[in-house]
Amino acid sequence: MANSWLTEFPALSREALRDIKITSDAAYRTFTRNYGDIVDAAFDPLLRLLIWFENLLLIAPWWVVILVILGLAYAAGRSIPLCIGVLTGLLLIGFFGMWEDAMKTLSIIGVSTLVSIVLGIPTGILMARSDRAQSIVTPVLDVMQTMPAFVYLIPVVMLLGIGRVPGLLAVVIYAIPPVIRLTNLGIRLVDKDVLEAATSYGANRSQRLWGVQIPLAMPTIMAGINQTIMMALAMVVIAAMIGVDGLGRPVLQSIQNQYFTQGMLNGLAIVALAIVFDRISQAYARRSQTHMSGIKSA
Amino acid sequence: MPDPLIKVEGLYKIYGPSPKEVLPLIHAGSSKADILAETGHTVGLKDIHLEIEKGKIFVIMGLSGSGKSTLIRHFNRLIEPTAGHIYIEDTDVMKLSDRELEDYRRNKMSMVFQRFGLMPHRTVLRNVGYGLSVQGVSREKQDQEAQRWLDAVGLTGYENHFPAQLSGGEQQRVGLARALATNAEILLMDEAFSALDPLIRTEMRDQLIELQKKLHKTIIFITHDLDEALHLGDKIAILKDGELIQVGTPAQILLNPVDDYVEAFVRGVNRGRALTVEAVMRDPRLQITSDDVDSALDQMRKAKATFGYYVPNGTYAGVVAQLDLVEVAREDGQASLFDHMIDPSVSVTPDTRICATLAETVAADFPLPVLDEDGVLIGELPREVVFEVLNEEA
Repeated sequence: MANSWLTEFPALSREALRDIKITSDAAYRTFTRNYGDIVDAAFDPLLRLLIWFENLLLIAPWWVVILVILGLAYAAGRSIPLCIGVLTGLLLIGFFGMWEDAMKTLSIIGVSTLVSIVLGIPTGILMARSDRAQSIVTPVLDVMQTMPAFVYLIPVVMLLGIGRVPGLLAVVIYAIPPVIRLTNLGIRLVDKDVLEAATSYGANRSQRLWGVQIPLAMPTIMAGINQTIMMALAMVVIAAMIGVDGLGRPVLQSIQNQYFTQGMLNGLAIVALAIVFDRISQAYARRSQTHMSGIKSA
Repeated sequence: MPDPLIKVEGLYKIYGPSPKEVLPLIHAGSSKADILAETGHTVGLKDIHLEIEKGKIFVIMGLSGSGKSTLIRHFNRLIEPTAGHIYIEDTDVMKLSDRELEDYRRNKMSMVFQRFGLMPHRTVLRNVGYGLSVQGVSREKQDQEAQRWLDAVGLTGYENHFPAQLSGGEQQRVGLARALATNAEILLMDEAFSALDPLIRTEMRDQLIELQKKLHKTIIFITHDLDEALHLGDKIAILKDGELIQVGTPAQILLNPVDDYVEAFVRGVNRGRALTVEAVMRDPRLQITSDDVDSALDQMRKAKATFGYYVPNGTYAGVVAQLDLVEVAREDGQASLFDHMIDPSVSVTPDTRICATLAETVAADFPLPVLDEDGVLIGELPREVVFEVLNEEA
C-alpha cells in the first residue's frame, strides 16, 4: 500500500525520465555536430550584415549619426519638439561615455527589427488570408511569447555557440510576434465595404492587397513594428549573456559586481534609445493616417 | 420588345452548410420557414427570372431581408449563386473564369454602394480614378478622366480632399463619379441613396436622372423606398422573402398591384405625384384633319364625339367643340377651323405629373391633349382618368 496512485502521482520512473533526457539530448547534440556548420553557414550573410551595420555606426563620426537620426525623426514626424527630444537623449548617452555601446546596441536592434519586419509582415499577411494558417501560427506565437527566453537560448547556443547571430536569433524570436499579430489583425479589420468595392471594380488579389489592405492596415502594422522595436530593446541584457556586445554587457557586469551607478546609467541609456525610437515610429504612424481623421495633410 | 441586355434565369441562393442538397426541397415546394426549421438553411433568393432592357433604369425594390442586396451582388458575382444563370448579352456570367470575371468587372459593370466604399487613403480624384487604375490605365489618363467625371457630378475643387473630409452626399457623388469613370455599360446601385438625408437624396436622384438622359446606361437600382423606385424606375421589380412578386412599369405597379403585399406597399403613395401623364393617358379619340367646319362636324358625328383635336398636316393646332361648330356652320359651313378653336395653348406633356395637371383638367371642358416635344398629339387625358388616379380608394 506504500505507493498507491491515489496518494502519489503516477509519474514516470526516475530511470525512464533519465533515459528520455539522455536520448533527446544525444539526438540534438548529434544534430548540432552534423549540421551545426551548415546552419552556421546559412546565417553567414546575416552575420555579415550585422558586422557591416555595426562598423558603419562605429566608424561614422558621432555627429553624423546624430544628424542622420535627427533627419529620420524629422521626416517621420515633421515636429521640432520631437527632434529636440531625440537630440537631447542621444547627446546624454554620448556625454556619459556610452556612445560606442549604444551604437553596438543600435546595430543589433536595427538588424533584428529589420529581420522581424521582413519575416513578420509576410507571415501576418498569410495569416490574414487563411484561417488555417492563422490557427497554426497563433499557438506558435503564444509559445514564443510565453516561453522564458533562457529556455530557447539553450538550443540556440548549442547549435550556434555564443556570439552575435545566436543573440540576434534570440531577439527576433522574442520580438517578432507583435508585428505578425498586428499585421494579421490590421488586414482582417480592413473595412469590408471598401474591400468589396475594390473587388467589384475587378481588382485582383495583389491589387487588393497592395492597393487597399496594406495601406488601410498600415497604422496597425506600424503599431506592431513599434512594439517589436520595444521588445527587441528589452532583450538587450539577455542577448548580452550570449555574447552580444552593447549596452547590455555593462549591465550584466554591474549585476555580478554590484556596480549600482554603472547599471543605472546603461539602463537609462537603453530607456533613452527606446523612447527615441518609440516616438519616431509613433510620429510616423500618426502622420501616415491623417487622411482617416479628416484633417487635411500638408 | 428588343432583346434584353441582361437575363436572369432560375437564380437560387441558399445559405447554409450544404445548399445544393436543399435545392430539391425548394423545387418540391417547401416554404422558406419549413426549410429553415428542417435543415437550418436560409433561402436567400428563390427562382428569380428577370429581363432587363438596355439603357433603362431597372429598380429592384423590397424591404430589408427581402434579398435585394444579395440579388444585385450576383450580377457581378460578389456572391456566387446556388443555381441559375445570368446572361449579359450572350455571356453567362456564372461560367466566367476568375480572370474573365475580373475583366468583366473592370469593363462591363461598375457599382455604387450604400455606404460608399471609398478608399480613405486615396484623395477624391484618386478614388474616382480607382477603376481605371485597376485596369492599368496610365496615371495621366486616370486623372484626366477622373477630373471629367468629378466635374460632371459637381465636385470640382474637391480633387485633393480625402473622403473623410466630405459630407455623405459629397462622398456618394464621388462614388457615382467613380462608377461612371470606367465607362462601364451597366451600373449597379445598391441602395445608393439610402444613407443620405432626404433633401440630399432627392437632389442625388434628380442628378442621376439628368446624367442618365445623357449617358443612357443600363442601371440596376436597389432601394427599399417606393417613392424612389417610382421616380427613377423605367421598370420596377418587387422582391419579398427572396421571391419576385411583381415586375412592371411604375404605373402597372401602382394601378394594378398583384397582391395584398404590393397593395399595402403602394397604398401610402401619392399617386398624383408618382404617376406621369404618359402612364395613364389614352389614345386621342378624334383627330380632325380637314379644314372646314362642315366636314369636321361630319367626323364628330361619326365618332359620336363632342370634341375633336384639329391636326392639320399631322401637327396639333387646337381643340374644337361640337357646340361651337354647329353655331358657325349655320352661317358658313366652309369657314376655316383655324378661326374657331378653343384656346390652343392648353395642353400637357407626357412627363408631367398628374397632380400638376389638376388645375387645367378642372378648368377645361374637354380631355386635355397630350403633346410630345415636337408638338405631335400622342394622347388625351380625360378628366375621369385623373380623378380615378387621385382617388385613393379606387
